[in-house]
Amino acid sequence: MSGRVERDGHVGWLEHTLAGITSSIERAVFTEEHARSRGWLQAVDPRAKLGMFLVVILAASLSSSIVVEVGLYAIILGAAAASRVPFDFFVKRVWLGIPLFAGIVVIPAIFFVPGPRLFDLPLGPIQLAPSIPGLIGAVLFIARVGVSVSLAVLLVLTTPWADLLKSLQTIRVPQLFVLILAMAYRYIFLFLHLANGMFEARKSRLVARTSGSEQRRYISGTIGNLVNRSIKMSNDVYAAMAARGFTGSIRSFQADRMGMADWLSLVGAVAVAVVAVIASRSLA
Amino acid sequence: MTIEPMPVPLEPSPAAAAAVFELHGVRYLYGGRQTALDGIDLRIERGERVALLGANGSGKSTLLKLLDGIIAPSDGTMRALGRDVAAVADGLDSFRFHREVGLVFQDPDVQLFSATVFDDVAFGPLQLGLAQDEVRACCDEALRQMDIAHLSNRAPFELSGGEKKRAAIASVLSLRPDVLLLDEPTASLDPRTKWVLVNLIRQLGEGGKTLVTATHELEIVPLIAERVVVLGENRRVLADGRPAEILADRDLLIRANLIHEHLHEHGGTSHSHDHDLEHHEAE
Ligand SMILES: Nc1ncnc2c1ncn2[C@@H]1O[C@H](COP(=O)(O)OP(=O)(O)O)[C@@H](O)[C@H]1O
Ligand SMILES: [Mg+2]
Repeated sequence: MSGRVERDGHVGWLEHTLAGITSSIERAVFTEEHARSRGWLQAVDPRAKLGMFLVVILAASLSSSIVVEVGLYAIILGAAAASRVPFDFFVKRVWLGIPLFAGIVVIPAIFFVPGPRLFDLPLGPIQLAPSIPGLIGAVLFIARVGVSVSLAVLLVLTTPWADLLKSLQTIRVPQLFVLILAMAYRYIFLFLHLANGMFEARKSRLVARTSGSEQRRYISGTIGNLVNRSIKMSNDVYAAMAARGFTGSIRSFQADRMGMADWLSLVGAVAVAVVAVIASRSLA
Repeated sequence: MTIEPMPVPLEPSPAAAAAVFELHGVRYLYGGRQTALDGIDLRIERGERVALLGANGSGKSTLLKLLDGIIAPSDGTMRALGRDVAAVADGLDSFRFHREVGLVFQDPDVQLFSATVFDDVAFGPLQLGLAQDEVRACCDEALRQMDIAHLSNRAPFELSGGEKKRAAIASVLSLRPDVLLLDEPTASLDPRTKWVLVNLIRQLGEGGKTLVTATHELEIVPLIAERVVVLGENRRVLADGRPAEILADRDLLIRANLIHEHLHEHGGTSHSHDHDLEHHEAE
């Protein structure tokens, strides 16, 4: 039908954006399949895992040697393989995003850092002359970011969200903060579903082209409606918590003790971090 | 804020022993304007299983929130378990009150906010400051009663509609309340899931709990209640009696907007009749 094509051209971007956000967040959550599979990191206590990741990230940011960063990255890849995270998926997920974010930060530095130039290419009004220290700095920076992001992705991929939240509590992140994080995570879904449902309901009723002003009116009306419903819902959420004894401070279970294997993994990670820092000092 | 040590048994005052809820001329207005309840007189005894029957917007949810001491009446007097509900809604002793009276909200998403079903079920007992193994025992019992022990490590948002409802009920049951208020527990469920839930609710009633279930679904009423309170569209109690009497009174059900004379069921299929309109207008 030709009407459909026209409609898609007009409201399509809105629906696509919303539907895209909803489904990608949902997909991110439902990929807990990696967190629930049987691998090395999945079996490690989440608190030990959190400690391991924190010390290695610290080592990566303290080290100023590319060789050390590459070594750390190789160890991370080994850990990912031992945890049955698909190599392809893991590497791509990390390295597709990094140039975008890290690149914006480091590209100017390549040209502004003083020192010998790699080459000097006059391009009309601008001069393309990357400096060698600038380039080395940029590569080191990207390597650090790559190692840190890989570690974070590996942590999230191998740990169920619930366990991750609990381990945050054990490193003294305030409980109220953890609760807010958990609730935000939970209710962002509901909110997106609600918004998505409203847009779909509208789409199914739409039989003619709509003008720009109609769309704007609809969007502001929808946002108003969403805000109203969210306020009513958050009132009910609070009432439901108060009815179950919530008075502002959260109590939770003391988790089980960590086992020998958990402590060994943690000690191993600390050893790797120490070696990395010492190596980067002696290489420099 | 600190939490008082909990396990102090409730002193059953003489009034509480006689009636769980006692309402006289209770009115409730939202925002001081929108009348949701307009003069409710109601008395519910311990151990009774009551269905609160009313059309959409007749004030069922509002009444349940009043009974749970979440909101205070705008007008009239209301006692629950021998306490003044207005004071409970103000926070007085609300902790102990909610150990005795639990409300399951209509929308289970409102009640399930933790990372796993178990955490949600454990939320109440943990807030009460019970010992760890006691909390675990309460949770295991509630999960078993709702037949969802196998879901305890799942995230609430992964659950189906019926599973969410059962998780929401379990999250209240884990406090072991004597009085359970259920807001449309079977709304928007498929027939088989509805049947499962009705049976779970029946078992709770047989365990001696006082049950007040709000619903607009006639077919579940005789299964879950031995007394029916009908809320009318005038926001007052329209009728109060046994399920058999109430459900047989067609005029009453039409007046309460629970059935429509042009749209009713014959052996499972619904169809509309071509009645003349003057009949429709007569009232
Ligand atoms: N938060 C609110 N603010 C304003 N009006 C409300 C609110 N909640 C309910 N109402 C109104 O109060 C009346 C009774 O609502 P409710 O108790 O939810 O009825 P029921 O549960 O029987 O559908 C309705 O007219 C409804 O519009
Ligand atoms: Mg309601």
